[in-house]
Order: sequence, then C-alpha cells, then structure tokens
Amino acid sequence: MFKKSLAGALALAGLLATGATAKTLVYCAEGSPENFNPMINTTGTTFNANRPIYNRLVEFKPGTTEVGPGLAESWDVSADGLTFTFHLRHNGKWQSNKNFKPTRGFTANDVIFSFERQWKDSNPYHKVSGGGYDYFADMSMPELLSSIDKVDDYTVRFVLKKPQAPFLANLAMDFATIQSAEYADVLMKMGKPELIDQEPIGTGPYEFVQYVRDATIRFKAFAGYWGNAPKVDTLVYSINKDPAVRLAKLRANECQISFGPLPADLPSIKADKNLALISQSGLNIGYLAFNNLKEPFTNQKVRLAINMAIDKKAILDAVYQGAGQPAKNLIPPTLWSYNNAVEDFKYDPEAAKKLLAEAGFPNGFETDLWAMPVQRPYNPDARRIGELMQADLAKVGIKTKIVSYEWGEYRKRVQNSEHGMALLGWTGDNGDPDNFFVPLAGCASARVGGGSASKWCNKEFEAIVQKAAEVTDPAERTKLYEQAQVIMHREAPFYLIAHSVVFVPMRATVKNFKLSPLGSFEFMNVDID
Amino acid sequence: MLRFLLSRVTLIVPTFMAVTLASFLLIHAVPGDPIEVRVGEHGIAPERLAMLRHQFGLDQPLWKQFLDYEAQLAHGDLGLSVVTHASVWDEFLTLFPATIELAACALIFAILVGLPLGVIAAVRRGTAFDYGLMGVSVTGASMPIFWWGLMVILVFSVALGWTPVSGRIGDMFYIEPWSGFMLIDSWYSDDKGAFKSVVQHLILPTIVLGTVPLATIARMTRSSMLEVLGEDFIRTARAKGLSPGRVVVVHALRNALIPVVTVIGLQMGGLMGGAILTETIFAWPGIGHWLVEAIQRRDYPVLQGGTLLIAVLVMAVNLGVDVTYGFLNPRIRR
Repeated sequence: MFKKSLAGALALAGLLATGATAKTLVYCAEGSPENFNPMINTTGTTFNANRPIYNRLVEFKPGTTEVGPGLAESWDVSADGLTFTFHLRHNGKWQSNKNFKPTRGFTANDVIFSFERQWKDSNPYHKVSGGGYDYFADMSMPELLSSIDKVDDYTVRFVLKKPQAPFLANLAMDFATIQSAEYADVLMKMGKPELIDQEPIGTGPYEFVQYVRDATIRFKAFAGYWGNAPKVDTLVYSINKDPAVRLAKLRANECQISFGPLPADLPSIKADKNLALISQSGLNIGYLAFNNLKEPFTNQKVRLAINMAIDKKAILDAVYQGAGQPAKNLIPPTLWSYNNAVEDFKYDPEAAKKLLAEAGFPNGFETDLWAMPVQRPYNPDARRIGELMQADLAKVGIKTKIVSYEWGEYRKRVQNSEHGMALLGWTGDNGDPDNFFVPLAGCASARVGGGSASKWCNKEFEAIVQKAAEVTDPAERTKLYEQAQVIMHREAPFYLIAHSVVFVPMRATVKNFKLSPLGSFEFMNVDID
Repeated sequence: MLRFLLSRVTLIVPTFMAVTLASFLLIHAVPGDPIEVRVGEHGIAPERLAMLRHQFGLDQPLWKQFLDYEAQLAHGDLGLSVVTHASVWDEFLTLFPATIELAACALIFAILVGLPLGVIAAVRRGTAFDYGLMGVSVTGASMPIFWWGLMVILVFSVALGWTPVSGRIGDMFYIEPWSGFMLIDSWYSDDKGAFKSVVQHLILPTIVLGTVPLATIARMTRSSMLEVLGEDFIRTARAKGLSPGRVVVVHALRNALIPVVTVIGLQMGGLMGGAILTETIFAWPGIGHWLVEAIQRRDYPVLQGGTLLIAVLVMAVNLGVDVTYGFLNPRIRR
C-alpha cells in the first residue's frame, strides 16, 4: 500500500515537473453523481459528471439546442422518415484504465451494445447496476424502435415504427451515451460487470481518474480524443451542496466556475470585480393549467379573462426575485422556433371582468387552485404564487380555494383530472419543441389519467404539432411550431408564468464557458488565464 | 467487573431492536418512496411503477418489509443502496473514516481546550475570567452549527484567506485512499504539502464541531471541580502543605473527572448529530453528508443501515464510558 502511494506521489511529482504550464480547472458542483453511467440515471448532476468522459452519436452544439455530429460524422434519413443511417467516425478511440487496454477504436459494435443494453432483456448488461433505464423509457424508445443494425463497422441503421423527427434530438441526450463493448466483455470475463458504471471508459475529451464520494471527481485530458484537444489538462469537480459555501470557494479561488448561487447573492457577485456572472433562461416553463375538461374552463373567454386578471410582474418580483423571465409561449426563448411575435396578455382586471360577464359569469365563480408542495426549477414557491393569484382573481370575482397534496399524490390527482386549476411546469429533455407541446398540450395526454394538466385537446393545434413531428426539414418544422404558438395564445389553455433563469458565477479569468440552454455544464472548450 | 460488563452488554440487544424499529417507522412515516421521489414531471407508467416497487420490495405490507429487513440483518446483510446500487456496508466503510477523523479531532480539541478552561474558571471562581468564560460557553453551546460554520468560513476563509473553505484536502493533491484517514494517508504520500493541506482543511470543521462539546465540557469541569474543591479532603491536602498545583491537578481533578468523562462520552451522540451538519457545510465526505442525501432520495436501505451503524457506535462508546467510569470509580463496579 505504501508502495502504491509512493508511486502515486512520484507520478504526481513527474506531472508537476513536466507540466509547468499544466492548467487545472476546478468546478464547484452541487452534488455527487449516482454513478458513472448516464443511461441509468436521470439527474443533471450525474449527467454533468459524465459529460467529460463520454460521447453520443450526435451532440448538441455548444450553447444551443441544435443537433450536430458526435461519434456519427453524418447521417441520412429515408424519405418516409423511418430509417436513420449513421456514418460513424473512424478516429474515435477508447480511454484506458488499470483493468482495460483497448485493442480497437470505436466501431458500430459499441453503438449496438449501448442501445441493446438499455433495450433488450437478453443483453447480459441489461440488469447490471439496477437496470432502470428511465430516460430510455420516458422518451418512448421501446415503442419507437423497430431495429438497430450494423451495416458495416462504421455504419449503423436505426429503423423506427413511425416517423419521428425529434428522434435525432433524443440521440443527443445523455442517456444515449456510447459505452465500449470491448470493455464490457473484459469486465464480464473478470466477473465484475458493475465496474463499467463505476470506472468509466469513454471516447470523450477527458479520462476519468478518481472519484472520492461526496468530495471530488478528477479527470485528465485524454490524448486520444478525436476532437480538438481540451485547453485545460486537469479538470476537478469539487462537490459542495451548500450554495453559500460554493460561492465562498469561488471567491477564495478554490474553484473557478460554480453551480447556481442563491438569488440573494446575485447583487454582490455582480459587484465583485474578480467574478463574472452569466445567465440564461432555463429550458423550462412554470404555468397554471386550466382543466379544459371541466366547466367553466371549457369556455375560452373564461381562460382569457384569467390571463388578464393575474399580475405576472408582481409574481416575478415577489417570488422569482430576478431569477425568472416572464413567459408568453409554452417554450422558452432559447429553444428554436420560439415565436417572438406573440404578444403577452396585458394585466387588465377591468377587461377581464367584461370577458367574464360575456362568458356568463358577471359575478365570477368559485373554483379550486392547486399549488404543489415542493420547490421545482421552474417554480420556487408554488404556495406563494397561488396566494398572489388568489388575491388577483378575487378582484374580478373569482373565489378560489388553495389545495395541496404530497408531491406524488399531487401529480397523480392532477393526471386524474381532479383539479380546477393547477400550478405545475416542465423541464425540457432533448431541446426539441415537440418535447414541450406534445406532453403538455397534445390530445393523447389530455385524457383522464394522461400526463397533461391542461387536458386541452384542440384539433387544429394537434394537426400542426403532429405534422411537425413527422417532417424532418428544420425550416419547415420551425414554421409549424411558430403557427402552433399563435393558436395556443389565442386559445389560452394555460396561464403561463415564467421560465426560470439559470445563473453561473465564475472567476473573471475563465474563458469560453458557454451556458447550455439544456442546463448542462461542459468544460471541453473552457480555458483559463 | 465481568458481571458489570455482562449486564451492560445484555442491555444492548433490546436497545438495538428498538433502534431498528424506530428508524424503520420514522423513515416510512415520511411521505413519498424512493421510486416516487425519482419520478419528475414525466410521471411514470403504472406497470413500470409496479415493477420497480416490486424490485425493491415496496409492494409488501409494512410489517412484512420490517420482518424481511430484520431477517436480512440477522444474516449480516445491510442491503444495497436504492440509488447507487452499491452495498450499504461498503459505502459506510468508505465514508466512515472521514467522520471519525473529524469527530476525533473535534473531541480532542474540545477536551484539550475545555478541560483546562473549566479548571481555571473553577479555581478563579467569581473573577472576570470565570464570568466571561461561562458567558461565552453558554453562547457556544447554544449556537446553531449551520450559522456558526458559515460565519467562520466567511471570516477565516473568505475575508482573511487563512484557511480553505471546504473539503478534506486541496484539489491539487491526488491521494490514493488507503486507510481512509486523510491525516495518515497524506503523511505517507511523501508529499508533505499534502499533509499540511489536510491539517489546514481540518481546522475550521474541528472548531465548529468541537464548539458545543467544548462549552459543555468546560461547564461540567467547572461545576464538578467546584464541588470537589469544597470537600474536606481537599482542605486536608492543603493543610498538609501540598502545593496548590498538586492539590488542583492530582487531588481535585482526578475526582472531578468522573462526571466529566460521562459527559465526554455522551458527547459522542451529539458529535454524530453535529457531524451531519458540519459535514454538509464543509463538504466533508463522511456519513453525515451521506445520510442527508439519503433522506432526500428516500434511500431506505442507506438510511436504516446508516442509522443502525451509528446507533451501534454510540452504544459501543457508551459501554466504553461505563467501563471507564467503573475504572475511575471502583464503588460502582459492584
């Protein structure tokens, strides 16, 4: 053991001696990863910890929700939209560790392994590490996939059961990470298959070095990386749950980039010359959903009236405190196809009263307003928002009772259509507008028991959204989604509140850090003075 | 002495059973289970929910789950974490040294500082030092750890830059864990900079975690010393012409120590509780940090196993205290 630590010290000394200009970047992360496989986890923390190591077939271009090449250099989609053929890069290399020295580079076998592990019971790795592939299921991959075939070592063909344009964006998500089939075989022979998710091997810009639970994750630049070599040699995630302590570490230059600060600390961060602060609206939406299956919300005038009766600015000031951007569309402005031409409703209680009278409710009505019991990224305090709304609605004659249940129960009851109006929201998964419009406002989820809280099903809107999911031309899809937003504004199935704003504080010496609209942290291109 | 020991050990079994039951009931009284907590706005298909529930045995009635857990415990198996799928025992072993290291340093700090302060306060009873110290110790014992931790970080790490903000060692050091005790591992790493870094990282959390026991020990020592100093045998010792130092240290302190040792032992439970908060503030990778996370994720096996192991530890320390007590005071051995 002593020998081992001696060797470690010598290696470190060697590293220090040769790398006089070696750069280290420390990121103050907010939590520990569950393990090192994004297929079986669903938290952003785990995804962030894995992103330096792995690649996917296609990847989001830094700072956007646009899909670009990854381990696949290019791809073709058949005219019927059912077959996606991926042409893989020839220069992908696998990292190594004490148990594994790769004998070959990245090939189609690795792609097949990585998807079959999640898809098929028969794959020997299907049950390893608990075997829950939540995202694979959530993105309806089992229902969508018909077959995945290796055409040759560098060509893979995915055949779908129905045309689905957002499928490409699904493949850029973290769950679609590519693991090494050869590493899997080696570990299986050793009798330690679970190590594949604990001592990860990937094709990405950084190699995994060490993970000390709840303390640090260390990476070093991978010399065999197929893309541009990363600017920083050693990347360290320093884990700290407390936002005040993370900020203290940043101020002491113990880390150079930090996960989200407390809203109360934002002014002092902005005032600090040594720090920089960047922000962007998150890929989410917080809303009040009207139950469109129930009276009086089946009446469009009632929905419009409520949209005019609630003071959005007051909610943003009082509850979001600068960390929210008022929402006028269901999708956030960072998402492609956002229709900026839509104009938000004006706060106008008098006009609201008039509309209510026209709808047949001159003296208002009584209903319930549901507020969830938990804090969510898109809604920091539902109870407080509910109270503000309650006061505003009372002014136009709508009497509301605030209702709340334990979180699991709350979601279940909303699905079962027990509410009048309910506060809820959504965080996007794959940066495709389809991922907002279909689950939140599509006809399939509008039934009792379906996922939508609005239970809104509009034929015209549905036809457009369905078409947009089937055509693959991005320009055409953009047009369709823009149209869908106009219809949604006209019909007002929701009172849209806000998109939360994500803040990332960093040292002023950090260069090229790009905030991803998907909320992920990537350090591949980051440099430091 | 053997009978005394045996009677103490037999008490451990029912205590152990009570702890398992209490922790089981408390954990299940919290709404939401590990599966529900994991589900976000996506919701979950009923078939999938049923499958996952079944996989973790959550579809069984509560009494059956408890009996199954007891049976599993009887086989020495603490189960797997619902979140990481690693063995609870392995996770505990990896993280425990960090907690012990911190708790031991805090306790040593509390004794080394608290004991002399208490003695001095007792000897100088009624002076400004005595009043000042007692005032400070009331403050120390009642200070919320969370607030106190952030304050020392803001003053010593951010404003003065004397100590690191958090963690166990500087991020530039790469130490292969061997014993799990950073003081030992870094000493043998042949990189003395690493050892220094570990010590620097220990200072603030030690002070923060040690504050409450320090205040308690100081107060206890003072009152116990005052009592003993008023005894007849002290007057006799003084009358015999012994030096004041010898009277205080040898004759008074040794006798005054008995209740102090009990109090020190009892601090162990408090230290574990305090460690949970201190570890959260200082990002100290120990079991406190681990359990807090497990509560949020409703990781039942970790919560139950962790609580049990801590209970065992506290019981073992209490037993140790009882034995020491018996050693210090022969009268209670019988």
